[in-house]
Amino acid sequence: MDFDALLLSRLQFAFTISFHILFPAFTIGLAAYLAVLEGLWLWTKREAFKVLYLFWVKIFALSFGMGVVSGVVLSYQFGTNWSEFIRLTGGVIGPLLAYEVLTAFFLEASFLGVMLFGWKKVGPKLHFASTVLVAVGTTISAFWILSANSWMQTPQGFQILADGRFEATDYMQVIFNPSFPTRLAHMLLAAFLTTGLVVGAASAFRLLKDRAAGVKTEGWTESRISLVMAVGLIAVLAPLQLVAGHASGEVTHKYQPSKTAAIEGYWETRADQPLHLFGIPDREAQKNHLEVSIPGVGNLIQGVRKDEVITGLDQYAREDQPPPFIPFFGFRIMVGLGILMIGLGAWGAVLILRKRIFDSPMFLRFAVLMGPSGFIAVLAGWMVTEVGRQPWVVYGVLKTRDAVSPVIASQVATSLIAYIAVYSVVFTAGAIFILRLMAEGPVAAVSEPPPRGQRPPGTPLAKAPDDTTPDGPDGVLGGPR
Amino acid sequence: MNLDLQLIWAGLIATAVLLYVTLDGFDLGIGILFPFAKTPGERDVMMNTIAPVWDGNETWLVLGGGGLLAAFPLAYSVLMPALYLPILLMLAGLILRGVAFEFRFRARDRGRKFWTQMFAGGSILTAVAQGLVLGGFIQGVTVRDERFAGGQFDWLTPYTLLVAAGLVAGYALLGGAWLMMKTKDNLHGDARRWTGVAALAVTGLLAAVSVATLAIHPRVAARWGFDLHDGFALELADLLPLLPIPLLGLIGLGVIFVMSRKGSHRWPFVGALLVFLSGYLGLAAGFAPYIVPYALNFRQAAAPDNALGLMLVGTTAILPMILAYTGWVYWVFRGKIDEEAGYHH
Repeated sequence: MDFDALLLSRLQFAFTISFHILFPAFTIGLAAYLAVLEGLWLWTKREAFKVLYLFWVKIFALSFGMGVVSGVVLSYQFGTNWSEFIRLTGGVIGPLLAYEVLTAFFLEASFLGVMLFGWKKVGPKLHFASTVLVAVGTTISAFWILSANSWMQTPQGFQILADGRFEATDYMQVIFNPSFPTRLAHMLLAAFLTTGLVVGAASAFRLLKDRAAGVKTEGWTESRISLVMAVGLIAVLAPLQLVAGHASGEVTHKYQPSKTAAIEGYWETRADQPLHLFGIPDREAQKNHLEVSIPGVGNLIQGVRKDEVITGLDQYAREDQPPPFIPFFGFRIMVGLGILMIGLGAWGAVLILRKRIFDSPMFLRFAVLMGPSGFIAVLAGWMVTEVGRQPWVVYGVLKTRDAVSPVIASQVATSLIAYIAVYSVVFTAGAIFILRLMAEGPVAAVSEPPPRGQRPPGTPLAKAPDDTTPDGPDGVLGGPR
Repeated sequence: MNLDLQLIWAGLIATAVLLYVTLDGFDLGIGILFPFAKTPGERDVMMNTIAPVWDGNETWLVLGGGGLLAAFPLAYSVLMPALYLPILLMLAGLILRGVAFEFRFRARDRGRKFWTQMFAGGSILTAVAQGLVLGGFIQGVTVRDERFAGGQFDWLTPYTLLVAAGLVAGYALLGGAWLMMKTKDNLHGDARRWTGVAALAVTGLLAAVSVATLAIHPRVAARWGFDLHDGFALELADLLPLLPIPLLGLIGLGVIFVMSRKGSHRWPFVGALLVFLSGYLGLAAGFAPYIVPYALNFRQAAAPDNALGLMLVGTTAILPMILAYTGWVYWVFRGKIDEEAGYHH
């Protein structure tokens, strides 16, 4: 493999965007959850909802902060590493990105300040409005970024000028391109599921810990409320996600046949395709090794008649085929996790109806285990869709290799190493803070810690600032004078 | 009605960048001044003066970058690869500084010390990198066939280093003056001292940058009526209409020095804003209408009219709303911050 600026830029983009996507995937759902919690608190005046809000808003703030900084990186990476892409297509997708900043980023960033720091500065209704606006902002942001990305998958509404630059002929067609509605639905559902799975896992973990410690809890405690909310959400949304994913796949089949072929491991163009459950796609040999297949159902899965011919990778010159490995396995990981999520939701729903959900350690352990599955599924799904689009950056119109900046490989290698170094520090720290909060649980994390002297050794601190003294841990930089 | 969309967008992007520089400027200035604080408690207060607003402030950078991408894709695609490494440094600095707001409050002991240093280091790194970007931008980039065609270290010259020093001092000035407004007692006194020192540094560096710019850039010099090609010639007819710009800067510095001495808490910040406005206008006068100085003007670099028109419709409707709620947020968090009023959440 030749480590040129193109490959390194692709690695760098894959690395930075994979990190970034984890945060929006989580914060879109979490913002909505916080709005629901605050609304329920205002409506019912039950203290538990406020405790849950104050707990999850801490985790939201950490995640949002990491999402913001990793997102700023992406917006500049279009220019540093993919300047030809912007030079050529900027006139078409630029306005979509500009609208994202205008309609979403300012809204989120401004009202986040009120949401986090405004409890004593504004009334409860204004505070609630701020939470809702942050949630609305995150969703609007998803709208625009999915629109831009979907246009790269299924471009329309543009023409190419004599100098090679793109110009929009119809922005309605650009924004509402064929794959956009299903992909937006698929992503928003994924975000809500990811949040539901994390909230469910944290709540289940708390309940298991109480159980292990022999603490008897009665009635609707914070962790019980949040577990039921999360499991209920998963029970409804996980099956819906199957429908949305299928609809998205049908659009892909219609508009991006080479991607579908890579996902399904179809090397041969034929009618009555089989369904490959497993296999190791090999571009050199142009076939799958160790294939495990069900004949006769491939067309059914694609939602087309049995006698309809489905394109295989043999229709494309080898350099125009997407690399099949990642789409093939990524898709199977995503679908497998999706099925587990449906199972979790169904099992949980049955337990809720029988009022036995808090007494099933098996289920609680399963819920904890499934906590990260939303993130993994989101990553796998994005890899399927982005790698499956290759070798095109704008499907069928602009090759990835023609989109890269005129920069040299060593420069890109330097920046890639720098990103890996900085991200390792930042996101390890962030993950530690979030997991530490989750381990504490909502009640401990939002209550005031006892004064320093009365604290048993090793007690986790909810509020570190109380712990500092003038000559304390913070005193080194600049030094106490 | 025929709107000059390209000109309107050039103005809008310029305004977004100016807003970014002044708003995130005082945020970055807080980080630059962080090492000089006497106690951890003071650092908490300093951070709390900006905690609720920094995120919104930084969004203007995304609008500046995203707006340039959308309205002038050609300029964006030339400038970004040309300034690859300084932009990388800036992003690294912004990441470290941005997460420090949350992490510092959550961390314990050594972690807390680390994130305190990352907040200061990240802010300084960001400011230096932005200075390098600005300097590299003014000195110009090599463009061939509408693409960047220079070397990866073209931006690294004594001139860009001087500009970087100037910007760091400028941000420290904004940060100090902001703190004078937002704090009381000992910290206010410190802030006043920092502001004075920063203002002196800015005075010297701004003068040095101005002279250096005229010296390295004959075309900028010519704009200002100077001909340094053979000997020294001065065209007063060119210089006189531009003189109000440096005068504005001098007034700003005067306001800072005089009003600090008189004990004003607010006027030094106004003075610092005037200094930045003067520097910004001074540069614009030097290279307008070029958007990549002396290689591409804004008309060559502009996106198609339908793209600019589509964006203008939204901007006309949304920008006033953004300004309104941004103003409201500042109003909500108005007033002095002290150690008791710390924002922990």
